[in-house]
Amino acid sequence: MESNINSPFAEQQGAFGTQTSGDTSGFGGVVKSAPTFGSSSRPFGSYFDDIADNLERAYSEFRDGIEKIVVDRGELTIQVKADHLLEIAQILRDQLRFEYCLGVNGVHYPEDVNRELHAVYPLLSMTNNQRVRLEVCVSDSNPHIPSLVSIYPGNNWHERETYDMFGIIFDGHPALMRILMPDDWQGHPQRKDYPLGGIPVEYKGATTPPPSDRRSYR
Amino acid sequence: MSNFTENDYASSRQTTEGPIFDVTGGDWDSLVTEIGASKEERVVVNMGPQHPSTHGVLRIVLELEGETVKEARAGIGYLHTGIEKTTEFRNWTQGTTLVTRMDYLAPIFNETAYCLAVEKLLNITDQIPEKAQVIRVMMMEFNRISSHMVALGTGALELGALSPMIFAFREREKVLDIFEMFSGLRMNMAYIRPGGVAQDVPEGGIEKVRETVKYLRENFKDNSTLLIGNSIWIARTKGIGYLDLAGCTALGITGPVLRATGLPWDLRKTQPYCGYENYDFDVVTTDTADVYGRFLVRMNELEQSLRIIEQCADKLEKLEKAPVMVADKKIAWPAQLSVGSDGMGNSLEHIRQIMGTSMESLIHHFKLVTEGFRVPAGQAYAAVESPRGETGVHAVSDGGTRPYRIHFREPSFNNLQSVAAMCEGSMIADIIGAIASIDPVMGGVDR
Repeated sequence: MESNINSPFAEQQGAFGTQTSGDTSGFGGVVKSAPTFGSSSRPFGSYFDDIADNLERAYSEFRDGIEKIVVDRGELTIQVKADHLLEIAQILRDQLRFEYCLGVNGVHYPEDVNRELHAVYPLLSMTNNQRVRLEVCVSDSNPHIPSLVSIYPGNNWHERETYDMFGIIFDGHPALMRILMPDDWQGHPQRKDYPLGGIPVEYKGATTPPPSDRRSYR
Repeated sequence: MSNFTENDYASSRQTTEGPIFDVTGGDWDSLVTEIGASKEERVVVNMGPQHPSTHGVLRIVLELEGETVKEARAGIGYLHTGIEKTTEFRNWTQGTTLVTRMDYLAPIFNETAYCLAVEKLLNITDQIPEKAQVIRVMMMEFNRISSHMVALGTGALELGALSPMIFAFREREKVLDIFEMFSGLRMNMAYIRPGGVAQDVPEGGIEKVRETVKYLRENFKDNSTLLIGNSIWIARTKGIGYLDLAGCTALGITGPVLRATGLPWDLRKTQPYCGYENYDFDVVTTDTADVYGRFLVRMNELEQSLRIIEQCADKLEKLEKAPVMVADKKIAWPAQLSVGSDGMGNSLEHIRQIMGTSMESLIHHFKLVTEGFRVPAGQAYAAVESPRGETGVHAVSDGGTRPYRIHFREPSFNNLQSVAAMCEGSMIADIIGAIASIDPVMGGVDR
């Protein structure tokens, strides 16, 4: 089956989480293909065309720095390359008036080979009452993204949290250390390869496995 | 205990960074004697994480010179419970039950923000029934009142004024009664669900709302006459914890702290959700950018919330028998819950119907409750104006019955970064007021 490089999700088999004989539902043979996430085409609609135009005008390396522009569910996502992030953020703040960066959130897509870790920055312009989302994809083996703290100082703790939870290293951060987990913690809990944990609970002879080990729909 | 000598209390040990004293309370005399003998003028004091004035388990490391704060650093994470991770192992509907426990003073806002994000992913934002939106708005505004009441009450308490807390919690109690009547629970209700709300307005609900609004409006005066213009209160709050618009913008601060700088930024007005554009209310601002200004913003927002609630009650009267859940039966829980004498529970009528009369309904119910609904793959961001600022939810779906990733952009988490900007250079006593004016809720900060 053809795998879709654009989608961060892999295709799924069966209706349940089990790969072995645990699935007695008869849905074991079901194969669900992964959804596609291509770049959107113009016109984007709403104020999104203006943002794209203004950014293209202001940033000479627009074609190199931007991987794709996605308009989905009424939201604009600009996927940028990590080494262009600082310049683009600077332009968005100073020229397109996105004064607020509402932090950064990590998402871990183990199936998105060489782009496993995505950092997502929601930006807000109070002047123009607009929102845009920046997305930066890096690999597990080289999880380096330049820190936005010099442009948006309020991102300080958010980047620490994303480092803590995903292991994304924000270069240039003034003090990149764990913030929610203890300083000596091993691993990065929000990654998909990090188990939820929990122990089986026995009650009146029956044992309930921890949530991550239960048979489940998906 | 009798084996302790005086030296065992404020014990000191030598480190490479100078002597470290362990103070456990009641032993300040011995500390002062020891420190007085040393030449070091800067003292590092660790405030919290169990300090009663830190709003929960917040730890602040202070570097002091005399009583002046030279450096303040906040340490968080003591209440981290991994709620975001846990949501990935529960279905989309169960998510409300989890996220409501983040910022436990503003549960309705967490639920609404989460549900708005899920509805955006499902592309059903336009299909949410009007009545559900009105109920959401009403619950949010009641929740804003109860949250502001805690902010005002504990804030005053921490600055040494005890009576405001008694009044504030008296009022909060009335709001919690409303929550209990509508949802069956007083806190962490999981009342707002993807697609609508968990149940319809109970019998006598609107009258109770009107009664409560009248009561609150009358009784808010007790606190406002106690504090507004009170010279001791002003002395403790005016000019304290200053953070102007530039500072707020740089640090990403939203909510009352931002509005106290004079910028009328309120998502209810600027980017309306749940039909806020249909309500008549004002965005409250002050321009002092200090603790007193933030206190005034919260105080005056109470009246605006009451105005909105009154309009909700008017709308609800006209919407009797209207649906409170989206019509799509593949998403909507097949039954409204009912409030029994022992709290919220299953609707017995519905159980009778599916068990006794319709096999298909039973199957449908079973599938939806055990499996849940599927959400098309993609990501969405939804934000609401919570009592503390912008609560944003970034939700990612892989097309399955469970969230792939839920992230809360918590205003408390973000705003707490401003402790250093507000407190450095001030007196140690003013830190308490400054932190109280940010109104951080550690459940939200640490999640």
